[in-house]
Amino acid sequence: MSSQSTTPLEYQGQQNQMTILGFWIFLGAEIVLFSTLFASYFVLEHNTAGGPTGEELFMLKEVLIETFLLLTSSFTCGLAIHEMRNGNKRDTIVWLIVTLLLGLGFVYMEISEFIHYVHEGATIQTSGFLSGFFTLLGTHGLHVSLGIGWVTLLIIQMMKRGITPVTARKVFVASLYWHFLDVVWIFIFTFVYLKGMM
Amino acid sequence: MTWDQFFVTGDPLILASQIAIALTMVGLVVLVTYLKRWKWLWKEWFTTVDHKKIGIMYILAGVVMFFRGGVDGLMMKAQTSRPELEFLDAQHYDEVFTTHGVIMILFMAMPMLIGIMNVVIPLQIGARDVAFPKLNALSFWVFFVGAMLFNISFVIGGSPDAGWTAYFPLAGKEFTPGVGNNYYAIALQIAGIGTLATGVNFIVTILKMRAPGMTLMKMPMFTWTALVTNVIIVAAFPILTVALAFMTLDRLFGTHFFTVAAGGDPMLWLNLFWLWGHPEVYIVVLPAFGMFSEVISTFSRKNLYGYKSMVASIVGIAFLSMLVWVHHFYTMGNSGAVNSVFSITTMAIAIPTGVKIFNWLFTMRKGRIKFTNAMLWSLAFIPCFTIGGVTGVMLAMAAADYQYHNTMFLVAHFHYVLIPGVVFAVFAGLYYWWPKMFGFKLNEKIGYWHFWLFVIGFNVTFMPMFFVGLDGMSRRMFTYSASTGWGPLLGLSAIGALILAAGFAALCYNIYWSFRYASRDVGNDPWDARTLEWATASPPPHYNFAKVPEVSQLDEFWENKKAGITGLKKNEIEEIHMPSNSWTPLFMAVAFGIVGFFLVFEWFIPAAISAVLIVIGLILNSFDYDHGYHVSVEEVEETERKWRGDLK
Repeated sequence: MSSQSTTPLEYQGQQNQMTILGFWIFLGAEIVLFSTLFASYFVLEHNTAGGPTGEELFMLKEVLIETFLLLTSSFTCGLAIHEMRNGNKRDTIVWLIVTLLLGLGFVYMEISEFIHYVHEGATIQTSGFLSGFFTLLGTHGLHVSLGIGWVTLLIIQMMKRGITPVTARKVFVASLYWHFLDVVWIFIFTFVYLKGMM
Repeated sequence: MTWDQFFVTGDPLILASQIAIALTMVGLVVLVTYLKRWKWLWKEWFTTVDHKKIGIMYILAGVVMFFRGGVDGLMMKAQTSRPELEFLDAQHYDEVFTTHGVIMILFMAMPMLIGIMNVVIPLQIGARDVAFPKLNALSFWVFFVGAMLFNISFVIGGSPDAGWTAYFPLAGKEFTPGVGNNYYAIALQIAGIGTLATGVNFIVTILKMRAPGMTLMKMPMFTWTALVTNVIIVAAFPILTVALAFMTLDRLFGTHFFTVAAGGDPMLWLNLFWLWGHPEVYIVVLPAFGMFSEVISTFSRKNLYGYKSMVASIVGIAFLSMLVWVHHFYTMGNSGAVNSVFSITTMAIAIPTGVKIFNWLFTMRKGRIKFTNAMLWSLAFIPCFTIGGVTGVMLAMAAADYQYHNTMFLVAHFHYVLIPGVVFAVFAGLYYWWPKMFGFKLNEKIGYWHFWLFVIGFNVTFMPMFFVGLDGMSRRMFTYSASTGWGPLLGLSAIGALILAAGFAALCYNIYWSFRYASRDVGNDPWDARTLEWATASPPPHYNFAKVPEVSQLDEFWENKKAGITGLKKNEIEEIHMPSNSWTPLFMAVAFGIVGFFLVFEWFIPAAISAVLIVIGLILNSFDYDHGYHVSVEEVEETERKWRGDLK
């Protein structure tokens, strides 16, 4: 790294430090948001109202593929940050694009999973359980989709401007968001799918 | 949907309002055009990122909303002033108490407090702005758009009518099929985005932008309360976000979160609502405590008694505020054990609150008290708020609550908490910081009228409600028969409301009078105060401080005055970096408003199309690399010389 300081580029300057701290606090709010969604899902979990249950519905194979796609994307996102800290613009962008492709794969799989459920007669209007299920997963999926749009914008900026304290901070903050969504997915996988199939 | 469903028709009161709104809008446009002020409005206010101006806009919006919520309150008082009056029908009465509650809490109390925080906090910690000035502008504009969206409901489409708590199943599509409760869900959601952003913004501002040397335990008390308040905002508002999203999905897309049929659970709404709603009480009351602390300390000419215990009790209140939500529905089927736990946590809140009351009293003890308007409000607050607190402990006892639940006793209780706790504080804060905001004081004599009318009116309005409540009158009754015997007390209460309204009118007159005639020669420190905001000019230059102050102790400014350390040396002035104005916050907020409006009416295609505007706003924002501008040394010198005289 060319800078003589040992501080990573994204932490240089007070505004950058404040933005990163602010984003951590925002993630705190996101944790509350998802906790509320999870808690509400647990309340409604058994209220199937004669509709399908999770056990009848969930498709383990597809969900496992989704999990691998998203977890891998978190890893490649980490690689992108690693390359960014090495000052390697091209590789940073390449890993970001790989991350996005994996994210797109996840969103595609999740949408087809939802379409499949709807064909099975399990819609968001069927029961309290399915309202909670689709809203929790839909919120997560929407976050991933927004993240894809966001990172796309950042890739364009990094291509134009290179790795500067500002672009580095932006990409770093987006990576925090991406990892956070990964953590949420681990909870969804465990407490929605695995618990639902047991 | 036909036009007469779109515009609310058939009620002369509402027709008059529609005409009045249309005339006011046209009048404002004509006035601004006549005065040729559009450019000024755009440059100085609509696109501003200056925390002081944003704060003033918040306060202005809060005053307007106070008027709206107050008119709702007066209508309720008029309707119940005598038995079996037919001024409002049941439906209209339902709408009025719903909008009164929502507006007073979310669109009056919140913006007033956030507005004063905006003006004062950066000055008090010696900063040049908040951490994210543009986000701050966005916070204000989405709040404002949310508030306006909520406010037009009564003329376009119909008001929400399920109470400010919007309990399900009543607030569900089955029982309230109109668009009213859509307004509730969507307008609050939009305003809530702004509040959450404010929370993040102020936490970072206070943690990261304090003047050198100002450690956490050397922060002014108002800054402490603001910090803790914003932590509660970040912890509690996402719960409201989710609850409102569920409500929107239930009403617009037929899901079953809160329905009775198909596996929904109406109690889920109650729990989520109060998980946010109770902390919300402390979100509005804690900054108020901070303001009283500043005012009482300044006008007792003493430092705040028990600073550390004050901080500890604020943090304690914040923690407990998250653990008491069930006390709002003791009667709704919890087990005895659950009720006992929440009864104890609720009563526990009285302990830190009591600590604070005693600290204020001890601050005044042996002080040389100056009876300014700001101090009067603080003095009136203590006994009035204590009545609210004591009746709160009565309500906290689950077994006894079976008697009080949903009666006028409860209504009287929370008005005794929120009016002294929030409204008195806002008035104290306005009189105290007015010269800092505008460079002139509010008139103290008119202020006495404001004070006495308001405080007497408040007690006459709400004290009788305790007694009709104990006598069995439930809340939200639009009428009652003469045989209940409530008529005289409620009549007295209605007279009190008129006195209260006269008090508010006195405030408005005071603002008008002082704006025109008050002396502009107030100096930077008209009250001989203690904290850093008084160390710079009134009103402060846009960069706040020519030189960022250094702090080594609590009440640094006061101690420096005593030690005779003041002034600014010429060679200390450096170039100052400031953020540029931006129109994207306003653009984004308007986009949210348009999408929200279409969603209220369930016009999904226009909503989806206008959602593109939000995306455009986000993209514009992401590509915005404006790094602000620099204020030159000469300009700073020039500005400072104007109020300091020649620099050495």
